[in-house]
Amino acid sequence: MVRATAVAVAAMLAGCAQQAGDGTEPGSSAPEANEESITVVSYGGSYARACVLGYHESFTAETGIQVNLEDFNGGLAQIRAQVEAGAVHWDVVDLGVADTVTGCDEGVLELIGPELLPPGPNGEAPADDFLPETNTECGVGTLLYSTIYAYNPETLPGPAPTALADFFDLERFPGRRGMQRKPEANLEFALMADGVPKERIYELLGTPEGLDRAFRKLDTIKDEVVWWEAGAQPPQLLADGEVIMSTAWNGRIFNAQVLEDQPFVIVWDGQIMDRGQLVVVAGTPHLEGALRFMRHAARSESMAGVGKYIAYSPARRSGQALIDRHAETGVDMWPHMPTNPANMKNFLMADWEWWADHRDEMQERFAAWLAR
Amino acid sequence: MTSQGSPSVSQPPARPLWRRALGPRLRAAGLALPLVAFVSVTFLGPMLSLLTKSFYDPEVADALPETMAALRDWDGQGTPSDEAFAAVAREFVAARQERTLGRTANRVNRVVSGMRSTIMGGSREMVDAAAAAEAAGVEMDGAFWRETMIGIDSRWGEPEHWRALQAAGQRLTARHYLKALDFERGPDGGYQRAPEVWRIYVPLFWRTFLVSLGVTLLCLVIGYPVAHMIANSPPKRANVLLLLVLLPFWTSLLVRTTSWIVLLQNQGIVNDFLVAIGLIGDDGRIAMIYNMTGTFVAMTHVLLPFLVLPLYSVMRAIPPAHMNAAVSLGATPFQALRRVYWPQTLPGVGAGCLLTFILAIGYYITPALVGGQSGQLISNMIAYHVQTSLNWGLAAALAALLLGGVTLLYVVYDRLVGIDRIGLG
Repeated sequence: MVRATAVAVAAMLAGCAQQAGDGTEPGSSAPEANEESITVVSYGGSYARACVLGYHESFTAETGIQVNLEDFNGGLAQIRAQVEAGAVHWDVVDLGVADTVTGCDEGVLELIGPELLPPGPNGEAPADDFLPETNTECGVGTLLYSTIYAYNPETLPGPAPTALADFFDLERFPGRRGMQRKPEANLEFALMADGVPKERIYELLGTPEGLDRAFRKLDTIKDEVVWWEAGAQPPQLLADGEVIMSTAWNGRIFNAQVLEDQPFVIVWDGQIMDRGQLVVVAGTPHLEGALRFMRHAARSESMAGVGKYIAYSPARRSGQALIDRHAETGVDMWPHMPTNPANMKNFLMADWEWWADHRDEMQERFAAWLAR
Repeated sequence: MTSQGSPSVSQPPARPLWRRALGPRLRAAGLALPLVAFVSVTFLGPMLSLLTKSFYDPEVADALPETMAALRDWDGQGTPSDEAFAAVAREFVAARQERTLGRTANRVNRVVSGMRSTIMGGSREMVDAAAAAEAAGVEMDGAFWRETMIGIDSRWGEPEHWRALQAAGQRLTARHYLKALDFERGPDGGYQRAPEVWRIYVPLFWRTFLVSLGVTLLCLVIGYPVAHMIANSPPKRANVLLLLVLLPFWTSLLVRTTSWIVLLQNQGIVNDFLVAIGLIGDDGRIAMIYNMTGTFVAMTHVLLPFLVLPLYSVMRAIPPAHMNAAVSLGATPFQALRRVYWPQTLPGVGAGCLLTFILAIGYYITPALVGGQSGQLISNMIAYHVQTSLNWGLAAALAALLLGGVTLLYVVYDRLVGIDRIGLG
């Protein structure tokens, strides 16, 4: 009883915060439990649009199941609260791997058996077709993206930054910088910019000295950082001239480049590549519809469909082979893809295992550092 | 009351007064029952259950009963007994198959980072090892598991990680409070103050206290003349002025806070105006929001009515004749104000300040919206742990400390000033 009450209270609080955060009315976007509709939660903006155009629409056309799209900023909190309170109203969620693994261990996500994964367009077996480490017990890999940094040449005259270290160089590139308000990626950037070889980044971050070193590096630019939270913010900050350069998800910058004719330039050096996955929330009342959606999303064509609208690479080899031109502008997509070898000369693969282990601690340290 | 004055002594003694009054009292109390029930269900119950979480955490203990029993007598030095190894292995393997081990692993991970993968990754290999041993007919006793587990992950050979498991398994625990006071586990297993870069909550408590104090004083300095003016205006003008105070009071908190964003932001009205009149250059726009300034301005504005209203009602009851009398007896206006007027408004000052301060100390939405990084208060951290990290034990401990602090202030105020001196008019 005591526990149930506390859970209900926290769920309520979480609900309120979500309301305050994104200004949506509770339930406004989710029609009453209807067999013919599922709620899919993703990161909004141009990425969500790419998913709708890329495969949500074909899913609805094929199955008759409506997709209600909700936005969030990542993390397991709302999923946990929904599962613990026994009021699951999210069905499919777009998550990072560290969250998928943690949530799977905790039992708040449905296990996804390999039998769910469809073969490739030419009958490729999923086991070989998915890129390594893109699937986990509960998560189906859909794409690869990179956290890069980009600059706006209009507000940054003079020599152009070309390396990750330039992001931390206030002398040659004075001005404000945008960074995501979380420790993920920023700690890795700091150590890489400080000259640590990328094979040693996570090993070093696990030691008190290495961690201090990362924060010392961040200290050097802290006063000039504007912190962003939603993926749509960095292009806006760059366009408004609020910052001269910003870390961002590569697809968001790409969209600003091709759809809004922004002159932004991505610096493909020291970027952090990560995998995006879809999961099904445990105990969803629409399990069958959610699994059909997962099966649809796991097709190479669906992944390539997203890749027609935003520069995120399919998680399947056969999907990568389908990468073609931007559906609206005809821009060749391949040069913009994070998996294009030309863009992968110096990149770091995010270590989800390390982050699953250390995230709580890093967030505390990061919060303490920010508040100082 | 006894039956005094009654001539008859054989009459049975009348029921004592408290008993006779019981009926009507109970009926009167009955009227308050809906309120009591409402408060218990919506406030006291949830609050107590949440506060309980700050020191009571049965999750790991319930998930690993045999392990905790085997570790009960372990002194924290070296490695525990073979039985403990065997118990851990048995329970990990079982919990893993039921998909409940992740929750346990995450709890233990909060005590020592990295325990999540030690437990989850280790247990995966322990399942395989158990299957292999069974196939080979090897007896899986404590010694077998000791060797296997340390082979899988050398951390099982280090006392630190066993102590983490032991600590996470304690039902009654002070660790949330210690964390909330910026203490950490030392290498010897005891608690010590965390290194400075890890300290977060104590500085935030201080900041919350100082901001609340500052906002209260600012409200007092701004609100006192306002209240005085309203109280001493002719009724018609007083009504209009009162409306001006109340109007923002009736407006949604979010609307008022976001209006400040419109006014104060970098490209906002105030900065535009300052640039337009040439006081500052276009590149010299002042950062007035998303920092401490923003928190101060918005909180003072939002809380001002809470100070003006009690002050106003107390001031209205002070006859203007008092000031006139003081001045006619030779006091300067300042002396009259200080020695005659001010002391009479103290109940209102006390009530208003206490109200404002207590509201300020728990403020959450306003700092979250306009505080940026440097303007965050302890409530924002509590919200973070309730909503995002889901470390409700720590959130509850922080909330309990805040509640304790406010209660302490109230008691001190009562001792120094006397709570009965508070007047709302």
